[in-house]
This record gives sequence, structure tokens and C-alpha cells, in this order.
Amino acid sequence: MLFKTITKENFRNMIEGIMENNEVIGPKSRDRDTKGAKIYRFLKLNSFDELEMDYTRSYSSPKNYFLPFKEDLATYDLRDTGWEQEIRYTIHPRIIVGMRACDINALLKLDQVMLKSQYPNPYYSARRRNTVIIGLDHEPLEDCFCRSMNTDTAFHGFDLFMTDIGEKYFVAINSDTGYMILNRFDSCEVGEEDQLLYKEVRGRIESKFKTQVDITIVPELMDLEFESDVWKRWGDKCLSCGSCAMVCPTCYCYGIEEDIDLNFDKATKRRFLYSCNLLDFATVAGGHNFRPEAHIRLKYRYYHQFRGFVEAFNQSLCVGCNRCGKACLAGISPKAVIDDLIGTEKR
Amino acid sequence: MKYLGITLERPKIGVFGFTGCEGCQLQIANKEETLKNLFNSIEVVNFREISSDGCDDYDVAFVEGSITTESEVTRLQKIRNQAKILVAIGACACLGGVNNLKSRFPLSDVVKEVYGMHPVDTGPVRRLQDVVSVDIDLPGCPISKSEFEWLVRNLVLGIKPQFPQYPVCVECKQQLNSCVFDMGMMCLGPVTRGGCNAICPRNRFGCWGCRGHSEEANFESLMRILRERGFEDEHISERINFFNAFNGIL
Repeated sequence: MLFKTITKENFRNMIEGIMENNEVIGPKSRDRDTKGAKIYRFLKLNSFDELEMDYTRSYSSPKNYFLPFKEDLATYDLRDTGWEQEIRYTIHPRIIVGMRACDINALLKLDQVMLKSQYPNPYYSARRRNTVIIGLDHEPLEDCFCRSMNTDTAFHGFDLFMTDIGEKYFVAINSDTGYMILNRFDSCEVGEEDQLLYKEVRGRIESKFKTQVDITIVPELMDLEFESDVWKRWGDKCLSCGSCAMVCPTCYCYGIEEDIDLNFDKATKRRFLYSCNLLDFATVAGGHNFRPEAHIRLKYRYYHQFRGFVEAFNQSLCVGCNRCGKACLAGISPKAVIDDLIGTEKR
Repeated sequence: MKYLGITLERPKIGVFGFTGCEGCQLQIANKEETLKNLFNSIEVVNFREISSDGCDDYDVAFVEGSITTESEVTRLQKIRNQAKILVAIGACACLGGVNNLKSRFPLSDVVKEVYGMHPVDTGPVRRLQDVVSVDIDLPGCPISKSEFEWLVRNLVLGIKPQFPQYPVCVECKQQLNSCVFDMGMMCLGPVTRGGCNAICPRNRFGCWGCRGHSEEANFESLMRILRERGFEDEHISERINFFNAFNGIL
């Protein structure tokens, strides 16, 4: 991997330069919570000043820029004798600034399913290939447990990855595109002092993880505790509102709907992100529902995250960002549920 | 009108109003950009907001408002007898709606307060389904024009419409809205039927439940959450009973 540094002023020039001809997405805030803390979202930036590089965590992950919540897969011209289908995979290139290591690792997990499986997803592929990712390090928050999930650092899956070392950013370069972007603006070679500063910052980050989730035996535990009353306990709190899956950087379950326009001469096939926590999700043709109980649905979401994905790809789907835990009004978080499961095992 | 070479019948429709603000009927008549296509797919035979001509030869009746008088009962029964499909439109028809505030007071007090020296014969607020059988509930206060058009397309094609069973939160999160709970507001989104694109929370206004409760609403959990967050029962009760969507929980 190549490394360079860029001053904060030149970084500003770089983003403004990119912004002239490209869509740039980054963390920005609009609302504040009751304690006065800003609520961040990944949104299109209209100017560099909207970009908040000191953001803590975005309420929702930037997943939707790769897997949109709603996406037209095909449109149809309907005629008397048949139809013509139109499919477009093309998208405008775009840049996402400020993605965390956990979110980049989340994309790498999605890549396993969307790019490397037997039936790759061309829509995802178009977005993935046409999105430049500029990552950004941060000090872990109270409830970040990415370290436990081995997703606190990213070594690939991005173009540039930046660490704030004071006056400058220390930049890891991981693609030709990243290299060329950086070269168009004034960047510097890494000096001895930069390297020391970088190590110091990384050390500080690593020393600040507070939350740990012991997932060593969790895949097994999921089977051993399949009938555990832990699921019922948490399931009784669950609102079955799907918020967890919506804000999650890796939940990718979806539904397909077909929509016909009011003239009955055009139609659209649309994919929408769904959640296995929703009652509708397991309803099949004829109206039968395979998972009518909230606690069973909750269990299967955890099952997919911590057991099913491990079986398929030898890693958990969860990246430890705890966005689901934050978004859940009922206070259901992976840490709490897994600790409870482990506790049950020990009892 | 054809769909893939198959001739489709334009259903004859009637739109009727009972006790309500007439806002739902207005929704049907007020979106000019798609009105032409809408009227190509249905034949409107009785709808006083768009024509003073009217006949009783309709297949589908869209009925707005709640039922409060005996004469309304008779009129609704007549509509039910005529229509092959009866659709309740809006919160008043589906739930009783805002009108239901009246049920919190003795009827005689209400009549005196509202009509004074000119009392009218008015009874408790009833939903359409309390009086006749209803085939489809199209929820909302007011109904959304696009959801109405979606329902029309389903009716023309003979497809049973599948309304979302999930709550408002799903579409709220999909729009990257800040959760209004985090901003200190009360919201009934977690127990209210989705499909509205979270229009209220999107505008930083907690949900009031105008679409009725979601299919499997966890009231117990919501009540715990509201109380934990310091909302008083009186405040919760006012919100929960506003549209009569969650009858009996507080």
C-alpha cells in the first residue's frame, strides 16, 4: 500500500475540485438530539463547508448509496402483442467522503454476496465500481464494538483512507483512481514525523475501545440456544419496525414489486430493501406467514448476522457499528442480546 | 383501454361523503397532472365534487366520513346494496377519525355546545364497518392521491391490494430522517401502518396514527418506551385516542 499526506487546506481544495464535476456524498448534520448532540447523515454535499469531518456516527449507514432502499430494476413498454424491457445499469460516478472502516468492511461483506456469488448483482456492481470511497479514521465511540468483529481497520475496499494527524491527513492509497485524484492536488511524501504521528494516533484509537462482544462461540451458541427463552425476552420488546435493518450497513434482504402505470401501457419492476423483522416479509402467496411471531423473526435476524453468514463466508455479517442498537427504541442491541445468550450458556 | 392486448373494463365508480371534512374526496379530484389518466381508467358516475350529474349505476363506491346520524345509516346501506366493492376512504371512514373526539363527552353536552338553540339528531361516531360490511380500507388523514391511484390500478386489474402491514418506521428510516424520539417528540410511528412515506416525521412532526395500527403493533412495548421517556399518561392518551386508531390501550 502507498501512503502520502495532504494538508487540511489542500484536502479542501481536493474536495472542492472533485465537487466541480462530480456528486460528492459526505456526513452532514441537520438536527440535534435532546442533549444538543448533532445527528449526522450521509447526504449530497453542496459545498465543502457542509462536510463535517469531525462527525461521530451517522444515524444510518451509507449502504443506501450501493443498495438503494428502492431501486427500479427494469421498465417495460407494454403493447398489445407483448412488451419491451429496458434495463439500465449505468450510474454517474460519485464520491463518498468520510466512510468509517466498519462501513468499508460492511461493503466488503456485501461484495461477497453481490459481486462474488454465483449470481452477481449488476446494479450493485455498477454503483460499487463507479463510487470512489475516501475513508476516515475516528476514535471509537462508547458503544462501538467493531474491534470484536475485526472490522475496526480497513485494508482494502476503498480508494483513499485518511487519518487525522493534526495539521495534515495521513492517507493510505488503495487504487489507481485514489492515486490519480491525490496526484492532481498537492500531496506530500510521508516524512518520519508523519509516520510517528500516525502510529501515535492509531495507538490512541486502539486504546479507546470500551465495548467488547465475545463472539468466539456465538455461531455455535446460535444453534445450542435455538430454543432459549432469551429470544422470547427480547422479542417481546421488539416493535417489529424494521429500523435495525434499515440503518444496518449490511442487512440486504429485499422484496420485489411490480407497478403498472395508470395508462396500463408501462410497468416497472422495483426492488426494495426489506427487513426480516417485519411481519410482511415472511408472508408468501396465498397469505401464509412462515414467521408470524416477533421473537422468531428477531432470532432469525441474529441468526443470519452471526451464524448463517459465518457458515457461508467464514465471517459474521455484523460489523459492530451498533447503529441498530442506537436506532432501536426498545433498547435491543447486539451486545445486550449476545451477552444474554452467553450468560444463559454459563448459567 | 387495454393491458397487454386484453381489454380492461373501466369500473363505474361513485364517491360519497358522510361526516368528515371532505378532504379525502378533494384528494381524488385535485391532482391535475394525473387526473386525465385516472378518468381514462375509471368511469365516474357519481361524484358531486366534479359533477352535479349523478346516477346510482356504480360498481365501486369510495366512501368518506364517519357515520353519526340515522339518515346516514340508511344512505350508507343503500350505497352498500348497490356497490360490488365498497372502499372506506380516510381516517373518519376507517377509524372514526377526529370526529371521535365527540365520544369523550356526554352526547347531550356535545349537541348543546355545538348546535345551541338548534339541536340536531346526532349519535355516537361509528366507522363504516360498524354499520355495513366494508371490502377495503384506504387509510390516511387525508388519503394520499398516489395510494388512491395505486388502489384504482389494482381494482381495474382485479388484483387484491396488499397494504403494508409494517409500521411507519420502515419508510421513515429509508428517507434518512432523524428519529423524532431522539429530538424529544412523541411518535406513534412504531405502531402505525406504513405506506405514507412517513410524511409527518419527515417534517419533524411525530406520527398521530391516522392510518390505523400496524398489523402486529406491540402496544405494550411502545407504552413502556413512552413512559420511560417521560411522557405523561394524559399526553399519551390524547395522542393515542386522537384518530381512534388504538382503541382501548390507554
